[in-house]
Amino acid sequence: MEYTEKVLEYFRNPRNMGKMENPDGVGRVGNPVCGDVMEISIRVKDNRIEDIKFETFGCGAAIATSSVVTELARGKTLEEAEKITNQQVVEFLGGLPPVKKHCSLLAEEGLKAAIADYRARQARKKAG
Amino acid sequence: MIYLDYNATTPCDRRVLEAMEPFLKERFENPSSLYRGSRENKKAIEQARQQVARLLSCAPEEIFFTSGGTEADNWAIKSTAWALREKGNHIITSSIEHHAVLNTCAFLVKQGFRITYLPVSAEGIVDLEVLKKAISRETILVTIMHANNEIGTIQPLTEIAGLLKEKGILFHTDAVQTAGKLPLSVKELGVDMLSLSGHKFYGPKGVGALYVRKGWRLPPLLHGGEQEHGRRAGTENVAGIVGLGEAARLAKEEMAEEAVRVRALRDKLEEKIRQSVPEVIFNGHREKRLYNTANLCVKYVEGESMLLHLDFEGICASSGSACTSGSLEPSHVLLALGLPHEVAHGSLRFSLGKYSTESDVEAVAAVLPEIVAKLRAMSPLWPKER
Repeated sequence: MEYTEKVLEYFRNPRNMGKMENPDGVGRVGNPVCGDVMEISIRVKDNRIEDIKFETFGCGAAIATSSVVTELARGKTLEEAEKITNQQVVEFLGGLPPVKKHCSLLAEEGLKAAIADYRARQARKKAG
Repeated sequence: MIYLDYNATTPCDRRVLEAMEPFLKERFENPSSLYRGSRENKKAIEQARQQVARLLSCAPEEIFFTSGGTEADNWAIKSTAWALREKGNHIITSSIEHHAVLNTCAFLVKQGFRITYLPVSAEGIVDLEVLKKAISRETILVTIMHANNEIGTIQPLTEIAGLLKEKGILFHTDAVQTAGKLPLSVKELGVDMLSLSGHKFYGPKGVGALYVRKGWRLPPLLHGGEQEHGRRAGTENVAGIVGLGEAARLAKEEMAEEAVRVRALRDKLEEKIRQSVPEVIFNGHREKRLYNTANLCVKYVEGESMLLHLDFEGICASSGSACTSGSLEPSHVLLALGLPHEVAHGSLRFSLGKYSTESDVEAVAAVLPEIVAKLRAMSPLWPKER
């Protein structure tokens, strides 16, 4: 199994890593039993992802893909960010070993879950 | 490079290489031919057979050369199963065997054999009471590894053999991790068959041996020429066999001293990690275990990510973790110990050997705490408040 230089680079120096104070939306996906958990937090301003951070428990690919998805999503409108696919994450990294493809899917799902959480919170605010 | 993965493989000893070299160059003749060079090569094989026999305290006629540990395991298990099929279809093994044994057993299930996988204690030792109960009239073979490759735990083979002898059940052990590391006597262990591999003790890859006790006529797995008294066909890997013999000779001479030195280094490594990395679980029996192996689980962190960071620092280690082996399941060995999946995912194995030094241990101790801290800082499972 071999990682591309880009995967190793993003694993070694992950962008947007850490916890966010008072996020507008949080998505947590994966399962510690399966060996990977991703948490993606977003801050939204004027329907755009103004800030985004991740925390990941997992292998090299899990850490690299979660970092990449935050880079791809930063500055995008919610609608644009929702269209980001795991395939884009894989392409950005110059490929992933087949057994690691699920990590990129987790990254896509994590971002979507964060946006969904943001929308749910907004809906609650309106209702409340 | 700091190499701490001796249970995966070892570098070939310089003296082994020198012993092999003529057989890769001018001494190329087929040992089965008639001319002088061939006869000399045959003698070289017989000398190697004696050297391996001395390592196991058995007779040379009881040693058969193979292509490695995997072939020896396959041969012992499949040929025994097929030969004794009339007698019974039940095989007992442990839940922490190497895949060379586990997958061979799984293959036999498809042919109608029944396999019992013995559970192990939290330290990785098979339960003799469970073994006693598992034995039935149908049981034809018990195969239990001598020491586990991941956690190093050593099984009570002599006691197990005692239970089997009176019932006439054959006993095989995969001793790939102990041959060349521990003094072995097949008589004391009480086994009928024992597998070993050259590259685990400074010999070359692609060569191993199966000990088969005199009196048990194990049928061949590979059919063809009359090599190895018709028990294992195929032109002999002369250079490899000579290398294995030399490695066996060196191991017998040097293992006692090595054991003391390497154990001290391993203990020091464990102690340093214990002091500098919080929330670590050390796996394997504290005493009944290989002196060169340290296996630990670092909580809230995944194994592969630690290995990658160690690799950036030039340190080679391994992990039973999912990701390294290409499967998503954590190590079957660690799960068998009763560790939760999420803890088993965070495993690291350092296995030391004869070229390991104090400075290797220092190097790991210098970087591991930072690596773990960095990964925990990004782990959503790590309770940050503390």
